[in-house]
Order: sequence, then structure tokens, then C-alpha cells
Amino acid sequence: MVVENNITAEDVWTLLEQVPDPEIPVLSILDLGIVRDIKVDDDLIEIIITPTYSGCPAMDAISMDIKLKLIEHGIKNFKITSVLSPAWTTDWMTEEGKIKLNKYGIAPPKMSSDISDTPPICPQCTSADTKLLSQFGSTACKALYQCNDCKEPFDYFKCH
Amino acid sequence: MDQLINYTLHLADSNLIITQRNAAWCGHGPILEQDIAITNITLDLIGQSRNFYQYAAKLINENNLKLSESQAPSPAEKARNEASEDSLAYLRTEREFKNLLLTEQENGDWAQTIVRQFFYSVYQYFLYEKMQYSKDEQLAGIAAKSLKEVTYHVTWSSEWVIRLGDGTAESKGRIINAVAALWPYTGEMFLVTDYEAAMIAEGIAPDIASLKNDWLKKVNSVFEEATIALPENGFMQTGGKTGVHTEKLGYILSDLQYLQRTYPNATW
Repeated sequence: MVVENNITAEDVWTLLEQVPDPEIPVLSILDLGIVRDIKVDDDLIEIIITPTYSGCPAMDAISMDIKLKLIEHGIKNFKITSVLSPAWTTDWMTEEGKIKLNKYGIAPPKMSSDISDTPPICPQCTSADTKLLSQFGSTACKALYQCNDCKEPFDYFKCH
Repeated sequence: MDQLINYTLHLADSNLIITQRNAAWCGHGPILEQDIAITNITLDLIGQSRNFYQYAAKLINENNLKLSESQAPSPAEKARNEASEDSLAYLRTEREFKNLLLTEQENGDWAQTIVRQFFYSVYQYFLYEKMQYSKDEQLAGIAAKSLKEVTYHVTWSSEWVIRLGDGTAESKGRIINAVAALWPYTGEMFLVTDYEAAMIAEGIAPDIASLKNDWLKKVNSVFEEATIALPENGFMQTGGKTGVHTEKLGYILSDLQYLQRTYPNATW
């Protein structure tokens, strides 16, 4: 049996671009680097995803959103596999994703190779003079900072 | 196979029990940011524990299937006996839990919760750092992923030990009391049980006895900065890893398991 309507892996990648992260809806799950691979076999599409944080409650919602998106487009024979290794890193976030994140008011993560201890740039006023308020923010993936210039607090997507 | 299941359950149980303890802080943290911090840490720990339980359930089910090959179970029997992350967390008894005694100790004041988390996070750090090279691929994967999260927990809890220790006379007194209360539960972390010995021999578990020096060194360096003394090596309580617990675990489990035991399979 051939996959319905000759769906290719590329078609699925394009569809998944439309699946937003449930907690940071400006990012798609592709921007976040959660989707690791899409395999199209004779009669089955396998979507391989990896969790951001072990306890991230959004992962169940993401699996459900992927399912709904595929079903909406008439794709029925698929399975979603979650893998832990290699462990997700913010280095997999796309450049476009980082720009979107910054515009949304969340400072994007530094690359893990960047070991300098310079704090993130304020996404509101672009000042480099910012300070850490708390290592833990509104979700597992974020820390809370404040800008010393515009005084606005902001979220920083932690380098992970 | 049995020993791998025991070892995986031990890892899962320690995380679940400290999670249940920490979760009681939700809405009660000293300030909003720290309420969020301890609950975020708790979320990481429950996620890790789910990964371990799911793996243990898979091993148990595969093992049972092998044992019953000669006499295949009926679908109903299979459904009833199949292990899952939920059945392992909600339907095992106190004696079956293999968590470290440290993790079941009371929250006490903020200092006691901090010291418990600090001791445990530093232990997890060195454990997972080695376990990411385990010959068991699944455990290696969980360890590598968890290590990133635990690194934050070590930083956060270290900072709090220092803040309280090198703080006021009141905060210092409290952290010293907390260290004295919890110290007797730290020795167990480095004592090798039968299932750990079997796993160490197979290259699946790190040699936990060898983690002790790194653990002590890290704890000592944070204590120095916090201007508090490392306790003398006194009498150490043991038993948690083999199911012999302090009286506290029963109370934790009755809270944790009440709903599933009273209303089996309840969901919401």
C-alpha cells in the first residue's frame, strides 16, 4: 500500500510548520527543534519528536496538535515516537525562531558554545544592561530578568 | 532483568517521593519567584521520574510476557496485570518503594527543604554525569537529558544554602539545624545494594560508592562559602533503597495514592 495521496516527508514538514508551541504560540514546533525526523515508509508516516524538558506539560498537547493537524489533512496512517537521545538543546532553535521570540518579548537563548557571562539583551529597549531576577520563570524553559535601563522585567529563554 | 527493574524503580521512586514533598510548597513559597522555582524543579523531577517509570513498566511487561509464553494470558488478564507508570506510582506498597530515605524527610522550614534538595541535586548531578554513559541506552538517554535540568537545581539550591548560611543569625541557625537533621540520611546514597552491585557489574549503573568523594567535595565547597561546617561522619540511617523506610513514607503514600486506591482508574 502506498501512503495516502502520495504524501512525502516534505509535505509533512510543511504541515508541521503550522503547529504552534502551546505555551509560546509565536514559535512553531519546527522553530523549537522538537521535530527530529519524519520517515515515510510504504504505508506509515513516523514523526519523531523529542521533549524540551523532562516534565514539560506541553509535550502531550504537542503530540495531540500534531495528530489533529495530520488528520485535518486526511492523513491517518502515522505514529508519533518520542525519543530522549540526543537530548534536546536550544541550539536546535532556528534563527527565524529566535527573531520571532525576541519580537514577542522573550530574549532568545544564547548558543551553548557561548560561555561568556554577559546577560541577555532586553527585548523591549535592546539595552545590554540587564540583571537576573530569578533562574526560574513562568515555564520550565525560561528565567526572569529585568532591564536596568527601561526597568521592564522580561523572560529569557534559557540556554539548555 | 529483575535487577534492572529494581534499579530503574529505585531511580524513579526517589524522584517521585521528593516531588511529592516539594509539591506541598506550591502556593506557599516564601516569595513568588521561589515558589515558582521550587515547583519548576519539582516539574523537572516528576518528568524524570515518569521517564524511569515508563521504562520500568516496559521492562516488567516484556518480562511477564516471556514468563507466560507457555500459557498466553487472556486480553482481560493482560489488561489487569499490565504495568504502567501510573500503576507503579499509585499501586505499590511502602515496602516496594526503593527511594532514598533522604527524599521522604519532611519539608520542615524553607532551610530544611533547601538542604534536602541541595543534597539530592548534587547526588543526582554526579550520578547522571556517569550514567549518561551507561550500557543501557534508555537509562543513558534519560540521564543525559536529566543532567541538564539537574545542573540548574544544583546552582539554585547552592545559592540558597549560601544565602541562608551566610545570612542572619536566624537563617544560619536554621540551616545548621537542617543540615544536622538530614545528614544521617546522606550515607545511604553511596551504599551499594544487591541490585546496584548487579547493575554496576554489567556497566549499567555507575559505581555509586565512587561518587561519594565528588559529592563531599562539592557540598564542602558550598558549605565553606556559606560559612557552615561539614558535620562529622556520624551514624548513618539505611534501608530506603531496599524498602525499609522511616515512618514518614506511609503518610506520603496515603496522600499520593488515596485517590487511585479509593476510586480505581479515576481520571480527570
